[in-house]
Amino acid sequence: MSHLLQSTFIPTTPTTLRRCSVFPTTHLRKTHVVESKIREIFMPALSSTMTEGKIVSWVKSEGDKLAKGESVVVVESDKADMDVESFYDGYLANIIVPEGSSASVGSTIALLAESEDEISLAKSKTLTTVSSSSQETPPATVTEEVSPVVSPVAAAVSLSSDAVKIASAIHPASEGGKRVVASPYAKKLAKELGLDLRGVVGSGPNGRIVAKDVEAAAAAASDGAAPIGVAAAALKPSGSAPAAPVVDLGTTVPFTTMQNAVSRNMVESLAVPTFRVGYTITTNALDSLYKKIKSKGVTMTALLAKATALALAKHPVVNSSCRGGKSFTYNSSINIAVAVAIDGGLITPVLQDADKVDLYSLSRKWKELVDKARAKQLQPHEYTTGTFTLSNLGMFGVDRFDAILPPGTGAIMAVGASLPTLVGSKDGRIGVKNQMQVNVTADHRVIYGADLASFLQTLAQIIEDPKDLTL
Amino acid sequence: MHSSSISLCVPPPNSSLLNKSHKKCLDKLSFAPLNSQLCGLRNEVLRFSFTRFKRCEQHRVRKFVRNNVVSGLVAENGNAPTLFDYDLVIIGAGVGGHGAALHAVEKGLKTAIIEGDVIGGTCVNRGCVPSKALLAVSGRMRELKNEHHLKALGLQVSAAGYDRQAVADHANNLASKIRNNLTNSLKALGVDILTGVGTIMGTQRVKYGKVGFPDIEVTTRDIIIATGSVPFVPRGIEVDGKTVITSDHALKLEFVPEWIAIVGSGYIGLEFSDVYTALGSEVTFIEALDQLMPGFDPEISKLAQRVLVNPRKIDYHTGVFATKITPAKDGRPVVIELTDAKTKEVKDTLEVDAALIATGRAPFTEGLGLENINVLTQRGFIPVDERMRVIDADGNLVPHLYCIGDANGKMMLAHAASAQGISVVEQVSGRDHVLNHLSVPAACFTHPEISMVGLTEPQARERAEKEGFEISIAKTSFKANTKALAENEGEGLAKLIYRPDNGEILGVHIIGMHAADLIHEASNAIALGTSIQDIKFAVHAHPTLSEVLDELFKSAKVIKLEG
Repeated sequence: MSHLLQSTFIPTTPTTLRRCSVFPTTHLRKTHVVESKIREIFMPALSSTMTEGKIVSWVKSEGDKLAKGESVVVVESDKADMDVESFYDGYLANIIVPEGSSASVGSTIALLAESEDEISLAKSKTLTTVSSSSQETPPATVTEEVSPVVSPVAAAVSLSSDAVKIASAIHPASEGGKRVVASPYAKKLAKELGLDLRGVVGSGPNGRIVAKDVEAAAAAASDGAAPIGVAAAALKPSGSAPAAPVVDLGTTVPFTTMQNAVSRNMVESLAVPTFRVGYTITTNALDSLYKKIKSKGVTMTALLAKATALALAKHPVVNSSCRGGKSFTYNSSINIAVAVAIDGGLITPVLQDADKVDLYSLSRKWKELVDKARAKQLQPHEYTTGTFTLSNLGMFGVDRFDAILPPGTGAIMAVGASLPTLVGSKDGRIGVKNQMQVNVTADHRVIYGADLASFLQTLAQIIEDPKDLTL
Repeated sequence: MHSSSISLCVPPPNSSLLNKSHKKCLDKLSFAPLNSQLCGLRNEVLRFSFTRFKRCEQHRVRKFVRNNVVSGLVAENGNAPTLFDYDLVIIGAGVGGHGAALHAVEKGLKTAIIEGDVIGGTCVNRGCVPSKALLAVSGRMRELKNEHHLKALGLQVSAAGYDRQAVADHANNLASKIRNNLTNSLKALGVDILTGVGTIMGTQRVKYGKVGFPDIEVTTRDIIIATGSVPFVPRGIEVDGKTVITSDHALKLEFVPEWIAIVGSGYIGLEFSDVYTALGSEVTFIEALDQLMPGFDPEISKLAQRVLVNPRKIDYHTGVFATKITPAKDGRPVVIELTDAKTKEVKDTLEVDAALIATGRAPFTEGLGLENINVLTQRGFIPVDERMRVIDADGNLVPHLYCIGDANGKMMLAHAASAQGISVVEQVSGRDHVLNHLSVPAACFTHPEISMVGLTEPQARERAEKEGFEISIAKTSFKANTKALAENEGEGLAKLIYRPDNGEILGVHIIGMHAADLIHEASNAIALGTSIQDIKFAVHAHPTLSEVLDELFKSAKVIKLEG
């Protein structure tokens, strides 16, 4: 590589700057580093003006042996792509900044372990550093003790035998799930998205995992899952309460990709000024309608979505969304997103044009979406295009709750269970009626109290006299 | 590619520098009568002033040798046409045979060409030509689908699509058009096209014929074998022409698989990966060596991997052999067994929709009647010396028999075959000529293209060490070229390997936009022996891509040892 550096490849750069070896300098607290023999590889400064570098590619992969002077990584500067070489022998333990990402000059882009045994130590060290995102790196010895717990790599491996069976058992050549069969692009995408292919169900020829499966799985794990309130939401399609999950008590578990996305969206939602308006709706008429048409495959979810969509059609402002904070958009279609709990999270399949599509088609569509969601095969347009969200916890007996507004939409409605309630009527009589409470959370920048109130009034009218729903 | 050959551009030899063979020649020379034809040659010789002495001398030697060898058969050096049906018979009408035939006519030789298949050979019908048609399509598809790139240029294009059959037709039409051009040019020049399989019956005797017709035997003063090659399919691989295919089938583009494995990552594999990924396929390379694109200069192949492989829907397995490939059948995919190249253990199994075998090409030399003249092939290749003269089993030259192109395996490129053919015609028409294979460029028509001429850096270092000279490297980037930036195609590199002591160009390697067209400035310089200190004064139009080379030559530092 030395010839490259001495060449006239960048005629305008002074020779001194062209000499670009990484300086995997020892860590600040030298004593620990010497003990653990883990060095950090920093983003080099390839020119005097460079503040940030983009990793074009990692020449070496994690676990590869490195000799002093060997190129490790290709960094893009303003003039050309430069190969960057290692100053030390060792093993590339952990790549912190992946290909295609940028890092500022001097920041750690990878860790170098002196021996193979220390690779896992280095990995766990990164995790600790990253998850606590503090300057305090625990002493190496301590890290080593806790590493089996904090290392998701180890955990994933031990779980793999179970996961694999579900994943690729359909593939004839997967030998009972011992192998993952994925197309080149699917593999590439999974690597970019940090997705474990063993958990992905393939829809390609012979059950092979193709790019869209990876995209669907990744989306299911992030965006689509994120919008709904943490405590709220979730319609368990099966309707049964989940079995108590088996967890190791007292452990700290790093966020999965999906949990990270949820976390990010929840924090983002705090930037939106929201308020809530509740309403109690009598559902006797709706319940009897449901009983009549249930045999035709109509579901309660479809009924509720249809009713909501019809109400929204009369109150376009509730179906609007405000993104920049300076203007808002009256959405052209009414797409009702409905939260569904799936293994390890939740997703919001979207019933598009719910005001226009007839109830029976809507019910069929819903069934299809739920099946796809369970198979993690929803396409992005099937879970990201919602303009209004429904979240129903009624099947758990919840009578009322509060949902967090998904960023990018105007309102979300939390639906409780419909319960027989003792009701006094205007003429002084007392009776039992089925009533459910709904609670709408909305973005007050665009939707005001009166808007929600009149929307809910319309909705109540539709539900209490549901003949329009079947039109 | 780097077979030893006497370079045309060495300075005039003085006797102390002459190698053994030259000395022998000179010894014989002293007996040779001074031929009056020497004067007639002078005009041409002047054009190559720096080689004048050597050429003349070799010419005379050649005459002398010829007279001895052919005594009894030929009355006098080729000027006795009455004894033979033809002056020259070429077996095989590919690009090599065609090039030789055209030059033979120019030299006034009565020429025939024997072809058992179609005029044009591999290149025109199943190789370079139709593949360029597919690559032209893939290049455009790639541009139209690269939204990011188009947006940077300010263009908007809605979803680009293609019609597979129309693309296939384009390739097929191009092949037949070029084939007709070749056929017509041969006919127009009066070359006899003899249809059938050619077999050598003995010295200066060739038989040809089709099945069901009586064979015809012709006599000829000289014979050129130019039978070319066929795709090489390693053992264990079952080619069905549908899902397990060679380049022959792939060029017909009968289907575009979702996932295709390409066995071999040389020129052919790389070009097809470009076509298939542009048309929407995903590709898996299977390479026996530890690195992809092993034939290229390491630095070029590294950049090629970064530009042509990593950002595309391609993955790869290196250091493995595809030891067994079974075609798709009864709903089962194509199954490929991968064996570790070192441990010889089965490592992995792939299931894909199709597999393209691009493991190189095997010479097509069967049925040539080589046994009649005591010639043994080496792995199918016909052994030849630096003048393409065929060598028999005992190591002697076979009189009047030459072999050019893929069949001799020296440099398996269409234009190399043609150059060898022209070299042979020069020889048989009385002028010695040795082709400098180091001046023959090669190109890979991916997007962007890759081209090269001369030695790679490791080869140059090896030679420098052996012969005791220094080498230097100069590089320029397409990122600094105005035209490349205007096209938004700044990805690319040109690399020059040279001798800093005398400015000799040892090798030039380019990856970048239009690299295949750019290489000729370098290959011509090598062929003509132009040194860097001379070529750096050549003027290039601005702004053009050729300035990449201009800058390359200008950045080279030649340290003259003596004034």
